Amino acid sequence: MLSIKLFNVTTIAYFGAMLAFISYLVIRNRTVALVANICCYVGFALHTAAIGMRWYESYQILGGDGRAPLSNLYESVVFFAWTILLIYILIDLKYRQRAIGAFVLPFAFFGMIWGQLYLSDAIDPLVPALQSNWLTYHVITCFLGYAAFAVACGVSIMYLIKARKGRDDGEDRDDGGVLALFPSTRVLDDINYKAIMIGFPLLSLGIITGAAWANYAWGTYWSWDPKETWSLIVWFVYAAFLHARFTRGWVGRKAAWLSVFGFAATIFCYLGVNLVLSGLHSYGGG
Amino acid sequence: MTNKQDQSFLEIIWDFFCSLKLAITTLILLALTSIIGTVVQQGKPAQEYIQEYGERVYRVFVALDFVDMYHSWWFLTLLNIFAINLICCSIKRLPRILKLVKHPVLTPDEKHYRRFANRDEFTVPVAVDRAGDRLAVFMRKHFAAPVVTARDGRTHLFAQKMAWARFGVYVVHLSILIIFAGAIIGSVWGYKAYVNIAEGTSTDKVWPRDSQNPIAIGFEVRCDNFEVTYYPGTRRPKEFTSDLVVLEGGREVLKKTIEVNDPLSYRGLTFYQSSYGPAGEPVFKLTVTERSSGRKLKFEAQRGEHIALPDGSSFAVSDYTDSYKSFGPAIQMHLNDKTGKHGNAFVVFQRFPEFDAQRGGAYSFAVDSFEQQFYTGLQVAKDPGVWVVWTGCFLLVAGCFSAFFLSHRRIWLTIEPAGDGSLVRVAGNAHRNQPAFEIFFEDFKSRLKEELTGRQTPESSPLPAVEANT
Repeated sequence: MLSIKLFNVTTIAYFGAMLAFISYLVIRNRTVALVANICCYVGFALHTAAIGMRWYESYQILGGDGRAPLSNLYESVVFFAWTILLIYILIDLKYRQRAIGAFVLPFAFFGMIWGQLYLSDAIDPLVPALQSNWLTYHVITCFLGYAAFAVACGVSIMYLIKARKGRDDGEDRDDGGVLALFPSTRVLDDINYKAIMIGFPLLSLGIITGAAWANYAWGTYWSWDPKETWSLIVWFVYAAFLHARFTRGWVGRKAAWLSVFGFAATIFCYLGVNLVLSGLHSYGGG
Repeated sequence: MTNKQDQSFLEIIWDFFCSLKLAITTLILLALTSIIGTVVQQGKPAQEYIQEYGERVYRVFVALDFVDMYHSWWFLTLLNIFAINLICCSIKRLPRILKLVKHPVLTPDEKHYRRFANRDEFTVPVAVDRAGDRLAVFMRKHFAAPVVTARDGRTHLFAQKMAWARFGVYVVHLSILIIFAGAIIGSVWGYKAYVNIAEGTSTDKVWPRDSQNPIAIGFEVRCDNFEVTYYPGTRRPKEFTSDLVVLEGGREVLKKTIEVNDPLSYRGLTFYQSSYGPAGEPVFKLTVTERSSGRKLKFEAQRGEHIALPDGSSFAVSDYTDSYKSFGPAIQMHLNDKTGKHGNAFVVFQRFPEFDAQRGGAYSFAVDSFEQQFYTGLQVAKDPGVWVVWTGCFLLVAGCFSAFFLSHRRIWLTIEPAGDGSLVRVAGNAHRNQPAFEIFFEDFKSRLKEELTGRQTPESSPLPAVEANT
């Protein structure tokens, strides 16, 4: 399948981007950052083409039963990486802070490498329960939300590195070294907040489309299934984060930690529930 | 009457339930406690817990309601605190926001202007009333229609956009309460049940999940036909469908073929295709060819039934499948000779009627059909609260978008006489997305100066007109 080859090249492009971003932090040469970003954009274009190709291939293999490539663990990991790049590129276009790439690209790269090396890339037909347009709406909204949280987490880690204890007064100082390349703590905090502001409504939509689908498929919009419950846990954490912005004592480092915890919960919601707990979303079992 | 101490006690309670700290704490507690229910399986029979965790741990679980925690008193208490917190903090803040939107400051003084980061003041060689008229037109064109107030020789202009964006967050809070209300309506006046209907039969009862007593639904549902199709060459079901008919007093009132993801709804009840299974034994129709004469005999057989053949031997179908490897439906059968001695089992394929002739022997067999009756397994749900929940969900998303992405923008202008001309003060404020507003405000200001410094710019002049030589 051509799509698999394209995904492989995409993975290599992201690897290159990740290495270049890390080199940029070390040698602080703007050309290296530019190379990293070119790798990102080229990789993203290939990635988009690969997803389209896999969609097309599903029709070649399954005939009329072809479907959007969003149904098994492999396809979801690959799509997750794509959404991370999408959100990264949006942030890059707005803020032009290349150092962020070093903290965001690894999420996309490790997702891709895991998918390419360890997950089954077979295109199987869908069981009846998954034959619904709600699948597409549900997966797209959820993963865009997850990706925004991934970016927020990467930025929060940068914040925590830059604003080590006793230095989180929001003042910019000449840090020297690697930290000089980081955006100011104020900007990092702002990106963290903005990314979560994008992710939160998307996660809400993802939960709602999932509930609507469940109601349409079997008459219960909410059944406290582990996956559902974890998505709600993630929602609670980010709702707490958004409220934390308005109160003293919960900004800065605490907000950054909440963002990191939120993403850990997100990853558990996405993978942990499938691999560790049992429930409806069983695509991780394979 | 209440004394002072009671008053302050009530105030303490009120402040407690209004506080943002309570909101954050409750959200985090809800997140943490919810984890329990994902680790400990919910609503299983006692033996399963005892087997997995042992008797003692099980008793602790029961005491703490861990086996049904989402309905436990402590989890519901947390949800109640969450709801009360939402209501109280909205009640506390809403009047202030309403006042801010409904009764904006229309005649600001110097102090008011000093509060804003986006502000400016400058003098222009235009009289106050002329400047006021021109600025009113200008503001309508470049921002929004202003309220003009003249007082003490000064002219004040105020305009705002998207004031309702301020209410986004309260819409979100309200939407959560609406979702709660919908869930409560559903759990009090609705139920979840299931029913199995064999092909050709009907039912007027359904069985709730948590009780032995069936519920009469007040009409009849009949299943005329059930079908399952598989992906070619596999046992993966592609689709299963039931032809359902709703009967009222014996009369057919509604017909629908349902499948997974496409249920039937009637009188507030919805029937979902959820499972299926065999109902009773299948009947096999066989054609037997007598080799010596070429005579064809027709038989109907059930599994295990011995059927005599003309020469005194007999046959029986011992097993069947509707998919034997990739050859499709097949039966397994054997012959007993005249003495009743059991012969070897062999397989006959429905799709290949000539195949069995190769086996040799006095008779060859072909399967004409075998009909397996199925029952269709339906989930039945009644949920009068579901539309309330969807309304809440819609408001939640709409509220989130307006709370996060829309911005209430305000601009004040005051013109007062100064020497031959006027002194103009201008200030602006946005409650979200400050950087974008800053850019807008700079642009607005430069157009404003241009408007008043006499240089009449044509309607269509491209702006912002930044001086090239600066």
